[in-house]
Amino acid sequence: MAIIEMNNLWKEYGDQVVLERLDAEVQEGEFVTLVGASGCGKTTFLKMLLGTESPSRGELLLDGAPIPDQPDETRGIVFQRYSVLPHLSALENVMLADELHRHKLIGRAFGGKRKALKDAAMAMLESVGLAQAADKYPHQLSGGMQQRLAIAQALMKRPRILLLDEPFGALDPGIRRDMHHLVLDLWRQQGLTIFMVTHDLAEGFYLGTRLWVFDKTRLDPQAPGAYGARITYDLPVGDCDKGTLTAIQAQADATARTMA
Amino acid sequence: MKKLINRHPGPVATWALGLLPFALLLVVYLLASDARLEANPNDKLLPSFSAMGDAIQRMAFEPSKRSGEYLLWADTLASLTRLAIGVGISALMGLIFGIVTGTLPYARAGLSPLITGLSLVPPMAILPILFILFGLGELAKVMLIIIGITPFLIRDLQQRAREIPAEQVIKMQTLGANTWQIILRLVWPQIMPRLISAVRLSLGSAWLFLIAAEAIAATEGLGYRIFLVRRYLSMDVILPYVLWITLLAFAIDFLLARYSRWRYPWFHGSH
Repeated sequence: MAIIEMNNLWKEYGDQVVLERLDAEVQEGEFVTLVGASGCGKTTFLKMLLGTESPSRGELLLDGAPIPDQPDETRGIVFQRYSVLPHLSALENVMLADELHRHKLIGRAFGGKRKALKDAAMAMLESVGLAQAADKYPHQLSGGMQQRLAIAQALMKRPRILLLDEPFGALDPGIRRDMHHLVLDLWRQQGLTIFMVTHDLAEGFYLGTRLWVFDKTRLDPQAPGAYGARITYDLPVGDCDKGTLTAIQAQADATARTMA
Repeated sequence: MKKLINRHPGPVATWALGLLPFALLLVVYLLASDARLEANPNDKLLPSFSAMGDAIQRMAFEPSKRSGEYLLWADTLASLTRLAIGVGISALMGLIFGIVTGTLPYARAGLSPLITGLSLVPPMAILPILFILFGLGELAKVMLIIIGITPFLIRDLQQRAREIPAEQVIKMQTLGANTWQIILRLVWPQIMPRLISAVRLSLGSAWLFLIAAEAIAATEGLGYRIFLVRRYLSMDVILPYVLWITLLAFAIDFLLARYSRWRYPWFHGSH
């Protein structure tokens, strides 16, 4: 069964149509990257997966059931900023999920249990290359290290799907390449299902197994909100050549200019 | 030549410039006091430093002839106790109501209008009501502080709680947290250093309400003493007392700031 399924999915705010007639299926283990011009609904779509926005019409299914309409542990998230908790050290940030699970009332573990959780968290920190920074607060970490920490924190919960909302948008190009390797490694090792929104079309071509381009197929320059965006390209990554990239980029740019 | 707006004093100059107004004020006082005392040795308005020294000696280091107490210390203890109880209870209420209304939309809808309304009542105007309701004892004075600063603390902390990025609240939910756990592990720890900032800001008002209440109804306390000796024009007592209150206020503020930096390094590191 598909892990994510969309049947005639719409998202509207009043008379502004953001997304219309989305139909797609995603299998477990796929790595989908979402690209498109600003305002073409890719972040809205991610929010629907996360549960902070609900579909206006149609169905969005997680493992065959309607996706919960509030965030929970089935879906992990890494935002561009503010993903980690500033008042906890790196280690405490990663331990948090297990602590919340173990102690419903106080959300904290002590003694021998704490030691066990600590060891598990250290192993996770090691796998993202942050073992030396375990006792540092997020503000003492660089932007790239903070995002590594956010990924580690989200993975502790073993979410059904991992959502990445422009996670590397604020990073330097070199750091960004390191992060790509990290995400690809973790995805392969842990068999994750990932949805990643990115501004960077090239990033979408390089990462993942599947590229979705969100764009408006019908666009009224007098009323840019009258029609919603659809998935105009659904490409297996690896099969697309340089020409496709250029064509998608040109279309996305044209949409962006009309909507601006 | 650099424009004035682009010129910065060095460290020595900064200190010197900062101390200069104090030194000037002191010199002006000395000159004025000398001039008045020369004209009339019994002048009470601008006492000499030696007269103030005598007064301090009398108030702080000699037992009172009437009660046998060391008045300055007895007054200080009485005032600080009231201040601590008043500010402590206010901080606790600010913390609880600030977190609840800042975090839970239903609590905010139910309580925010009431809190806003209460915060607009001038506390000094209801001081008579407090005296009628709670008598002239300790409770009325502490209540004035509480009524005076609690609405501000609640509203400030509610705002601070709402400023916690939505990303972090969502993140907590994706880590499996329920509402109670979000409050306990995210909102409360992040609000604590902000509570200290808010308390520091409200201490000025707290002192104001304390001294006002003591001036009207008390038998000891720093505010009581100042208003008592006013009848005898005892500027030699009033001025050292005012200086002492200022020093206490400064010390409390300094200690709170230090505590916050020591206890919540993450808060001060990222701001």
